Amino acid sequence: MATASTPPADTSTAGVAPHRSDRSPWNWLLLIPIVVPLLVPLYNAVDPTLGAWPRFYWLQLAFVALGVGTTSLVYRMTRRSPAERRAAREAIARDAGSTDGGR
Amino acid sequence: MHGINVVELTIVIVLFLLVTVLGFAAARWRRAESLMHLDEWGLGGRSFGSWITWFLLGGDLYTAYTFVAVPALMFGAGASGFFAVPYTVLIYPMVFLVVIRLWSVSHVRGFVTPADFVRSRFDSPTMALLVAITGIVATMPYIALQLVGISAVLKAMGVGGELPLIVAFVILALYTYNSGLRAPALIAVVKDTLIYLTIIVAVIVIPAKIGGWGAIFGAASQKFPSGVILPASGQLGYATLALGSALALFLYPHSITGVLAASNRDVLKRNMSALPLYSFALGLIALLGFMAIRAGTKPIGTDGNTIVPVLFQSMFPSWFTGVAFAAIGIGALVPAAIMSIAAANLFTRNVYKEYLKKDATSQQEAKVAKIASLVVKLGAVAAILFLNPQFSIDLQLIGGVIILQTMPSVALGLYTRWLHRGGLIAGWVAGMAAGLWMVYEIPKLNPDGTVARAHFGGSSFPLSKLGLDSKAAVYAGLLALLVNLVVAVVVTVILRAMKVPEGVDGTAETDYTAEREDPTVRDLPDPLASAPPGTAGART
Repeated sequence: MATASTPPADTSTAGVAPHRSDRSPWNWLLLIPIVVPLLVPLYNAVDPTLGAWPRFYWLQLAFVALGVGTTSLVYRMTRRSPAERRAAREAIARDAGSTDGGR
Repeated sequence: MHGINVVELTIVIVLFLLVTVLGFAAARWRRAESLMHLDEWGLGGRSFGSWITWFLLGGDLYTAYTFVAVPALMFGAGASGFFAVPYTVLIYPMVFLVVIRLWSVSHVRGFVTPADFVRSRFDSPTMALLVAITGIVATMPYIALQLVGISAVLKAMGVGGELPLIVAFVILALYTYNSGLRAPALIAVVKDTLIYLTIIVAVIVIPAKIGGWGAIFGAASQKFPSGVILPASGQLGYATLALGSALALFLYPHSITGVLAASNRDVLKRNMSALPLYSFALGLIALLGFMAIRAGTKPIGTDGNTIVPVLFQSMFPSWFTGVAFAAIGIGALVPAAIMSIAAANLFTRNVYKEYLKKDATSQQEAKVAKIASLVVKLGAVAAILFLNPQFSIDLQLIGGVIILQTMPSVALGLYTRWLHRGGLIAGWVAGMAAGLWMVYEIPKLNPDGTVARAHFGGSSFPLSKLGLDSKAAVYAGLLALLVNLVVAVVVTVILRAMKVPEGVDGTAETDYTAEREDPTVRDLPDPLASAPPGTAGART
């Protein structure tokens, strides 16, 4: 293929870039708020009602809390050490300090 | 039906002017060195912190479509319109791990569009062009949908003609021309304040006025044959529509623009937890459709999208109706601005520079990006003037069907290079053909079951058309994606067997987990800002 205008990008970041991984057993929890809202028979009914709201509506709105809860938990359990997060904040501040974006 | 409502119109115009001033001021704030105390809002630098990302992505993903079309769907079709809630619940856990990989690789390699990524990852300018064209074509009806929100409000206020709509978009065009992404980010804050205020007042005041929630759900259950829940044959369609829409949303170029503007991975992860708060508001907004049924609201003419504006008029005093209308109007401007920026970037970087003028200077590129963003907006205005706004939601659903066909290259590409570039192209062609055939075959039905329009009537494909003995329907985009994936896999296996070269991967494995403090990570050029896209960051 004619890709002469842009030679294959420089992949020589190998020595500089740290090896990391996003893998964590906590990530499996994310499947719960993905699968549960797809189980239509679970909520496709009127009873029990909650303050005149049919189950179809109040239960699906309750899934919002399920989603927020799960993603927050996974975030807290998989976030990096305070020192690493401080390094990231400092990098942002450093780049913001120069008008040309820190390059 | 009646004259122009002066109070409503005055309030809308005042709030609109406020937002316009804010839009122009955004350009200055970005440059001001002395305003570094805005850092916590992420405005000091080139990238956005948690709060501003929340407003930006919220304004980007929950659009005027939210306020106008979803309740209109609930009003017209009942429970099935509520799919917007499960859709916007499951999307965040689904993309939680994906968007951070996209952020990292883009910030290491200087990608601004999804097509930039595909080009480098699969070494395929052709697939990148297909991704760019798909993105532009899918975004156009989405922008048009935003205009539907504004035009519904204008109709309700009794403002005739198309001139006001054009004026609103000229203002929008001017300030995005001026301030890039900063303008929509700031305006999103105003928009959300107005929208939350409106919703809170609406869910307290309206049910109290029309006999409570029991009466609201009672009226809705009498209107629809299956009451306030789904008919048994509608369940599969509901779940597949929610899943397919969720898969599609973060493939849209404007979502990706919003994601890339975040300052680091943690900001994105936190936002994936906080954004569902908008989904809660969306659920309440959807129920405005049922409130309109109970209140006996009649749409203006045949335009179902005017349901919510008319409901507000009959329930609120004029001044507050004005505030609510301004919320809808401004809610349309934010996503429309980001969408036109994203579409312009796709055109400039992946079509113009790649194919039309390889040696474009940075000035030429900047000029093209700005003109492209104007053309995209004009196209959207034209779509509204010449197409029936009633079809807005269906148009957007067709956009969803086609944008889903970029999933194998853009989303799977973040994880694996196993699919061959030839396989991806073949899959895209097959998926696109299957998707368009399916939406072509779907008739638009009147409420009484007769056929209103033979083709392009929606995105819910009846399984009986495939010879299956079932009354159920499936979201066409998901079926088309299945065709796409099967073809991509088969062609990949064949090309591998024939030893067709698969190109060189322009990214490294460590790119996908890069963090902000790494030496490899850099800021992306600000789209449409003073520095033209594509000249500063990419391909150094």
